[in-house]
Amino acid sequence: MNTHFSNEQQKLLHDIGILDFVVVELSLYLDTHPTDRNAMEYFNHYNRMNNQAKKEYSRKFGPLTIALADTSDCGEWNWATLPMPWEGGCA
Amino acid sequence: MWNYERRLQYPVNIKESNAKLAQVIISQYGGPDGEMGASMRYLSQRYACPYREVAAILTDIGTEELAHLEMVATIVHQLTKDLSMDEIENSGFANYYVDHTVGIWPQAAGGIPFNACEFQSKGDIITDLMEDMAADGAII
Repeated sequence: MNTHFSNEQQKLLHDIGILDFVVVELSLYLDTHPTDRNAMEYFNHYNRMNNQAKKEYSRKFGPLTIALADTSDCGEWNWATLPMPWEGGCA
Repeated sequence: MWNYERRLQYPVNIKESNAKLAQVIISQYGGPDGEMGASMRYLSQRYACPYREVAAILTDIGTEELAHLEMVATIVHQLTKDLSMDEIENSGFANYYVDHTVGIWPQAAGGIPFNACEFQSKGDIITDLMEDMAADGAII
């Protein structure tokens, strides 16, 4: 499907896309239903999974956010040097 | 404040140039019912909103519209980045190209620049929400 993304990277990014969709939709619902315990349980579950996936992705393939950036492994500010999202090549 | 997440909300991988299609799709970027208008609409209206829960959802929807804006720009970018001079001349893209080359610039399909008159922010929640419903009925 692309040239510069490994299968593992594509899969992880694909999973993050799914998890993040769930988290965004649940948070929109919770904005107007802030005491729905059932929805909060769903939110906490998927939000944890989403955060974990983003942490794993950032550690293996480069930072998704500045908060998840860590230059100690590669010795380079890859926030700037990795392909940008609009260049394509994601899952 | 905002933080950037270095990925698209949904992946975009376009392999073939298509200047004709790009000229239509750019309306979803900077046209009257585009994502730029949508994000600015919600993010501007939230300050005068008297209900905290509604202000919260206006913030989160406005933020999500910015993610949509990035995907639409990516589509236009990938459709136009490798155009040949022949394709630019024969597709009607020359009128855009003369001012912007293959840069992304917020305009409607008809060439009208993005304008804040595309949305309303009246400081009255009923008026603003009515406008949101009318606008989002037209937004993909």
